[in-house]
Amino acid sequence: MIEIKNLKTSVEEKKILTGLNLKINKGEVHAIMGPNGSGKSTLSYALSGKEGYDVTGEILFKNKNLLELNTEERAQSGIFLAFQYPIEIPGVFTNNFLRTSLNSIRKSKNQKELNAIDFLKLVKEKSKSLKINQEMLSRPLNVGFSGGEKKRNEILQMALIEPEFVIMDETDSGLDIDALKIVSNGVNALRNSERSFLIITHYQRLLNYIKPDFVHVLSNGKIVESGDWKLALELENDGYGKYLN
Amino acid sequence: MSKSEELIKKYQEKSEYSHGFVTDIETIKVPKGLNEKTIKFISDQKKEPEWMLKWRLKAFERLQKIKEPDWQKPKYPKIDYQDLYYYSAPKSLKDQPKSLDDIDPEIKKTYDKLGIPLEEQKRLSGVAVDAVFDSVSVATTFKDQLKKIGVIFCSISEAIKEHPELVKKYLGSVIPITDHYFATLNSAVFTDGSFVYIPPGVRCPMELSTYFRINASNTGQFERTLIIADKGSYVSYLEGCTAPMRDENQLHAANVELIALDDAEIKYSTVQNWYPGDKDGKGGIYNFVTKRGLCKGKNSKISWTQVETGSAITWKYPSCILQGDNSMGEFYSVAITNNFQKADTGTKMIHLGKNTKSKIISKGISAGNADNTYRGLVSIHPKAKGAKNFTQCDSLLVGNKCGAHTIPYIENKNSSSDVEHEATTSKISDDQLFYCRQRGLNQEESVSLIVNGFCKEVLQQLPMEFAVEAQKLVGISLEGSVG
Ligand SMILES: Nc1ncnc2c1ncn2[C@@H]1O[C@H](COP(=O)(O)OP(=O)(O)O)[C@@H](O)[C@H]1O
Ligand SMILES: [Mg+2]
Repeated sequence: MIEIKNLKTSVEEKKILTGLNLKINKGEVHAIMGPNGSGKSTLSYALSGKEGYDVTGEILFKNKNLLELNTEERAQSGIFLAFQYPIEIPGVFTNNFLRTSLNSIRKSKNQKELNAIDFLKLVKEKSKSLKINQEMLSRPLNVGFSGGEKKRNEILQMALIEPEFVIMDETDSGLDIDALKIVSNGVNALRNSERSFLIITHYQRLLNYIKPDFVHVLSNGKIVESGDWKLALELENDGYGKYLN
Repeated sequence: MSKSEELIKKYQEKSEYSHGFVTDIETIKVPKGLNEKTIKFISDQKKEPEWMLKWRLKAFERLQKIKEPDWQKPKYPKIDYQDLYYYSAPKSLKDQPKSLDDIDPEIKKTYDKLGIPLEEQKRLSGVAVDAVFDSVSVATTFKDQLKKIGVIFCSISEAIKEHPELVKKYLGSVIPITDHYFATLNSAVFTDGSFVYIPPGVRCPMELSTYFRINASNTGQFERTLIIADKGSYVSYLEGCTAPMRDENQLHAANVELIALDDAEIKYSTVQNWYPGDKDGKGGIYNFVTKRGLCKGKNSKISWTQVETGSAITWKYPSCILQGDNSMGEFYSVAITNNFQKADTGTKMIHLGKNTKSKIISKGISAGNADNTYRGLVSIHPKAKGAKNFTQCDSLLVGNKCGAHTIPYIENKNSSSDVEHEATTSKISDDQLFYCRQRGLNQEESVSLIVNGFCKEVLQQLPMEFAVEAQKLVGISLEGSVG
């Protein structure tokens, strides 16, 4: 699905990722853990094509050179990033945003755009199965949303778009146990042999609900250790101390 | 050059004004120059009664004693008023066409191209149109149907002849001929515009609209519109405007007067899309307009909604004089300036009567090298007991080379009144753009979506038929602005 080779990023002369290698096959769930400031969000931005970063190395996504695509082209080709801090857009109703987004992606795949009625049907069905309260859809995007609502909204968007590769950036941070279940149910429902996930998290807790195939430790801009889900348990007990120099 | 600067350039080159074509027809023009002869010519062409000519000449006399103002933010090169044409009309209209069928096919084609077919059966149902081409009204649709319920909707030229009692009573009653330079100029040389009268108790069943088109070059357009809502009546009126792309600047100096009697309501909406000039700031319309509404009766209401996306310079303050007790004035405005466009716009709310209320919602969007000023006056007179005003001015900047200014004046002479003012300035953030694009929207769609969200409160005031058009226009006028 995706292969990252010797990825280096810097922003305003500051080096953040310093040669990261990672290969994720179809259907796999990888977790990336690491201390604050180790470059986890930066990795998610490098993959999704946020502007303002100098990126070198290679990223192959479905055998295409991802670094040649701009942000929306990456989104349209199947990359979805659930934001650590979803962005507020005043005056734009969530419903309207979700439909515009879904239709942009459908359009790029030459699929028929959904009209308002068909969209509402779809969004109703998805939010019901995710146990997400639809009331937030009639409010401006993320404006005044609680932390939990913002994250649930990201999961709903993921469910609507059905991307092939999902990056989740600390979606679990700040969630209570009920919200955590909604989020992990959403991920587990989409998990299949064609779809891959990169789950960025600070805590092992989420991984009790979404069991990853692999766990990696990111420190100083590199993956310094990889293992299976038991590695997450170790980290929970021992902390990141031994990876920091 | 950074990546985002490259994008800015790319889009700037793409952006285009789609109404910029010229209609090639024979015209009747008065020789250039601002003088009594010109005024007599205009009055004569329109077969006006003597009193109208006298009124014009009085205004002209006044004009010679006053000076053009220069306190506005956008400066412009001196206009040579002697080097302008003051009247230009298609030759085919010399003898007023009797019906829509008699209109020159070239003119009909022009309106078709602009998306405003003049044939009634092709029109949006529920919208009547008065089409003004340079200095004359070429057609008014649904006139007869409206007449049956007593609504008068025709060109001002026709009203002067057919309804002199109403015109004499109300013309200049809200904007006196002595008001200020451009208002006085307009009073002397105005050519055409619309006239609306809604009789007592009638709720006008259609949207009334006027479409202004400037076609001839070197010609000023001096629109005059008068709308009277008699007791307990209601009308919603909309104006739209476009012009060809030309290298020279052209002047549109309109006077619009609204009068609402007891319990009457006038809703006046504008979608202004005059040619804004090219991306280097060459050409475009000078839109210097005086719009004023008088809430003359108790419980009356006047509401201005404007979406200003065009013109090289927009300079206007649609205002309300709240004379009747409990009357209400509203001003909802979106002003978008891109490239080298400039806007100095806002409103005046003059509270005279008791318990009068006003509400001002202004959204200024500035992109490219443009400059956008909100200037507003809230004046509460000593007798306006219990008056209330709420003002909200928001500015949105797109890129780093544009400017936004908010200049509110408040004169409060009554201690029982309540004046509230809020202002914000924000930028489209890179994070907002990134979020939208990560969800599949391209750069332009993202900007359009964010700006439409920013303007939502105003856009939703527009009549439904036009809200969708306005939303698109917001997107189009910002093409090339992303940074
Ligand atoms: N735009 C930026 N400018 C300067 N430093 C940045 C910028 N973005 C991130 N950094 C720095 O890069 C490092 C990694 O940040 P980030 O990827 O957000 O870490 P994490 O998500 O693992 O907490 C931090 O030290 C952070 O301060
Ligand atoms: Mg982070």
